[in-house]
Amino acid sequence: MSTPSNTVSGGLPRRRLLRNPPHWTTVLAVLVLLVVVAMAVFAPLLANFEPTKLNAAMRLKPASNIYWLGTDSFGRDLYSRVVYGARVSLLVGAGVATGAILIGLPLGLLAGWYRGIDGVLMRMMDGLMAIPGILLAIAIVALVRGGLITVIFAIMIPAIPQVVRLVRARVIAAREETYVDAAMLLGTRPAKLIWKHLLPTTIAPLIVQGTYMYASAILTEAALSFLGVGIGTEIPSWGNIMAEGRLYFALNHWLVFWPAIVLSLCILSINLLGDALRDRLDPKMQGRSP
Amino acid sequence: MASYFLRRLLMAIPVMFFVALFVFLLLRLTPGDPAQAIAGDQATPAQLAAIRENLGLDKPIASQFAAWISSMAEGDFGHSLISQRPVLEMIGQRIGPTLALAVMAMIFTVIISLPLGVLAAWRHGGLVDRFVMALSVVGFSVPIFVIGYVLIAVFAVDLKWFPVQGYKPLTEGFGPFLHRILLPGLALSFFYIALVSRMTRASMLEVMREDYVRTARAKGLGERIVLFRHALRNAAIPILTVVGTGFAMMVSGVVVTETVFNIPGLGRLVVDGVLARDYPLIQAIILLTAGTYVLINLVIDLSYALSDPRIRYQ
Repeated sequence: MSTPSNTVSGGLPRRRLLRNPPHWTTVLAVLVLLVVVAMAVFAPLLANFEPTKLNAAMRLKPASNIYWLGTDSFGRDLYSRVVYGARVSLLVGAGVATGAILIGLPLGLLAGWYRGIDGVLMRMMDGLMAIPGILLAIAIVALVRGGLITVIFAIMIPAIPQVVRLVRARVIAAREETYVDAAMLLGTRPAKLIWKHLLPTTIAPLIVQGTYMYASAILTEAALSFLGVGIGTEIPSWGNIMAEGRLYFALNHWLVFWPAIVLSLCILSINLLGDALRDRLDPKMQGRSP
Repeated sequence: MASYFLRRLLMAIPVMFFVALFVFLLLRLTPGDPAQAIAGDQATPAQLAAIRENLGLDKPIASQFAAWISSMAEGDFGHSLISQRPVLEMIGQRIGPTLALAVMAMIFTVIISLPLGVLAAWRHGGLVDRFVMALSVVGFSVPIFVIGYVLIAVFAVDLKWFPVQGYKPLTEGFGPFLHRILLPGLALSFFYIALVSRMTRASMLEVMREDYVRTARAKGLGERIVLFRHALRNAAIPILTVVGTGFAMMVSGVVVTETVFNIPGLGRLVVDGVLARDYPLIQAIILLTAGTYVLINLVIDLSYALSDPRIRYQ
């Protein structure tokens, strides 16, 4: 369990974050993520070509000095497309994680605090969880169509129950704590009690859960695009680059493998970051091997 | 015991009710005219009318829902907008390859991840343990289609051990069937192996601190019997839980794997249904998979109660 130095100064998460040097995998993960963010932000500077520029004379060329990763079946530069693909993935991940928390957090607080609505709300969430996320997302995208916003919405809806469950469990655990009893006895109004005493206990686990949701949203977006029901092919995303590349897989594996490598590294890094955050933010994990 | 079973069964009803409600509302809450959303922009008025008729869109919304539920209770899940055939019949024709794929993946999962997880916990901190922990992170991060293509590139294109794509039903012989289902099964199981071996490891680590494990060792039982007969049995409940909740992810894995390996199963049916905007078909597949999910978790819950009396009296 915790060492003496932990119990003396282990109060604030931020301090705990900075004390122990991070594991090398965490450092590597952060570096990879910085590169991916740089790809998204500086895409026009980093790319050698317009990602959508067609060139019929240059179809399916191998890697060269001009086309660093070769070209696809429309003669578009694969490297430039992969760089631009980072934008969609990061946006989708951010949109889904933020949206699911914004909707799930209040619902979870309500379910945890007001026992009356807990039963119905949680059966609703169970129902939502029973529908495999990708099927729900596929159906939403198919019906609503539209681009990025629809995809974010479609991936976010199945993610909401995870947030609600997490927050509710935290609130129910916190209700048993003496400080909550004390606040109630002092006559604190429920709204203030929830805001000042219950909400803060949910923040650390939500950050961790948000990280995992971010990663899994990127994964789902890629799967949707790969299946041909994601955002349109006019915006390059790692998923739809792979979907187009797979038709020429026998000719050139790398049309699929380059976006696949970048995508996998990106998700892997986010998950590693999530694990590191979990180990650091959760007091129970202190000094314990994962 | 009977009352626990009954209570648990009754709990599944509201869950399924909400599943049905969500699936129902999905179409009705779509902005604009749902018939238009299905038929697309180039639909003729006659096509739109046919869709409204098929889905009963001209009636009040509550009675639409009631009619829909009661027709499903009679086993009528509606007709495809494209082929006009009963969707249940279409699903029945395509379920075989999907089941074969899922069973194959489960077999791989059990024979690979249980020994891995047990070994990792047995030599906590050792090589296998590190491998399992690394595998679990990688397994959650690498998309199934990427794994599928790596397997195809190595084992089908380069080594030529397996065909690149395709499916042969069991009725055409066990050899050809196995030859085509092995790679997709392995691809699909990858995620599950990561999940189950990690859970096995964690659960075994908990159990191995228990007194009865020490007792078993103290009375001179062989390590293998202690691990697999005493510890693994008691570690089974969290492992089973994760298998049950993992089912939802298995479904998304199936959809993608079938696309990668060109297997004519339910996953392909759903994607083709979506591309053709065949709403009754999508609706039925979502409902049936959600029902299966609820059922699997129900069975797992009930099997705990059978194996562990403490749960029944909660």
